[in-house]
Amino acid sequence: MKIGYYPGCSLSGTGREYDLSLKKVLNLLDVELEEISDWSCCGATSAHATNHLLSTILPVRNLALGKKQNLTELLAPCAACYNRLIVSQYEIEKNPQVKKQAFELFGEFDSKGISIINIIELFQKIGKDKIIEKREIELKGIKAACYYGCLLVRPFEITGFDDSEQPHSMEEIISAAGAVPIDWNYKIECCGASHSIAHKEIAVDLSEKIINDASKHGADVIVVACPMCHSNLDMRQKAMKKNIKMPVLYLSEFIGLSLGIGANELGLNLHFISSDLLLEKVK
Amino acid sequence: MSHAPDAVLTLADKIESITSQSTLQCYQCGKCSAGCPVRDYMDDSPNQVVRLVQLGFDESALQSSTIWLCAGCLTCSSRCPQNFDLAKFMDAMREISLKEKTAIDEKDTVEFHKAFLNQIKKHGRAFEFGFIRDYKIKTQNFLQDVDVAPEMFIKGKIGLFPHNVKDKEGIKKIFDKTE
Repeated sequence: MKIGYYPGCSLSGTGREYDLSLKKVLNLLDVELEEISDWSCCGATSAHATNHLLSTILPVRNLALGKKQNLTELLAPCAACYNRLIVSQYEIEKNPQVKKQAFELFGEFDSKGISIINIIELFQKIGKDKIIEKREIELKGIKAACYYGCLLVRPFEITGFDDSEQPHSMEEIISAAGAVPIDWNYKIECCGASHSIAHKEIAVDLSEKIINDASKHGADVIVVACPMCHSNLDMRQKAMKKNIKMPVLYLSEFIGLSLGIGANELGLNLHFISSDLLLEKVK
Repeated sequence: MSHAPDAVLTLADKIESITSQSTLQCYQCGKCSAGCPVRDYMDDSPNQVVRLVQLGFDESALQSSTIWLCAGCLTCSSRCPQNFDLAKFMDAMREISLKEKTAIDEKDTVEFHKAFLNQIKKHGRAFEFGFIRDYKIKTQNFLQDVDVAPEMFIKGKIGLFPHNVKDKEGIKKIFDKTE
């Protein structure tokens, strides 16, 4: 399978282990990635919080480039990028004036002809059977809290993905790796997102509630699909009141462990919270 | 309702022109505020800000810290029984507040967004070191994150040099057209 790839800025910086682990895992699962040439930032929170037009046009540039490369499907592993791309695609169809402005900049193209998918949808396409077939280590007994955050599951009217209150798709994928998904209350609660810089206290508080709930329900690990959620849940644990030391893994890292890829090769050593206890259970 | 002369747009009008939805759609049930993860940190609850706009208290609405503390998590929008997209309303409020240069208490949040977007304008991609540096200079917030910053560098999570897109001219055109 070949698929378009929009890594987004975080995957070469704060979330570089996401990119690293994703590429290793997809290689083993026979998926080839074709990166969008000269892609640019989606504008993230700062664009849509302050300038509606900019926040729509910036992501569309990447769709136009993707179409030029004849891509029909585009993977955006960062939940925030995924959200900005898919919402902008929807907005220009709804608003002909904005579409016209976008076409003036990028030339006319079939903006609907490229389907944007998130990382869970990619694993769904690969299929559970394939993961089980390639599995080297059954992550038996590992209790995992699947954390979706905000931007994978909202707004449902536009993404049409899973369920905005009780999503369950990530649980199915980690079950294929042999792990046990736990029931818990915070899988769609906000981690504080971009407040991490200007209002660190908010990001720490909100993330702490998530960590506490996962821990209370017996999780050995939280599995995420967003570099912003990852940095809040992992890096901000140092500033939390309770010292829980909950490992936070990207979905690609977690699947990578079950495919037999080494922890450091997956970038687990780049996290702030050590995964050593978890890795002992994996052996 | 405010009774402004025809030529003067009320805040509600401006929001409607950006979001294509009327603020009167909200019937003040408060479900948004009940589920808002940031409510405890705000002065007005999210539905109160909508109420201020509905009643024509435009200035008070624009000066509320709430519009800057909204994290854009979309929980409110996805749960609203009236399908009022409150997150979109908050986006529009921030945009109008910046355009009209309303007095804002939440200066750090504004500086964060500005610093972030400046790097995109310059490089086409986010440059973490650059925008955090600019943000700290603006806000004089030098001590924040000294606990994690060194480890970020060691782990190669923050680079000292930006990644630039080749088509910088194209990025500039986007900003020229939209700013």
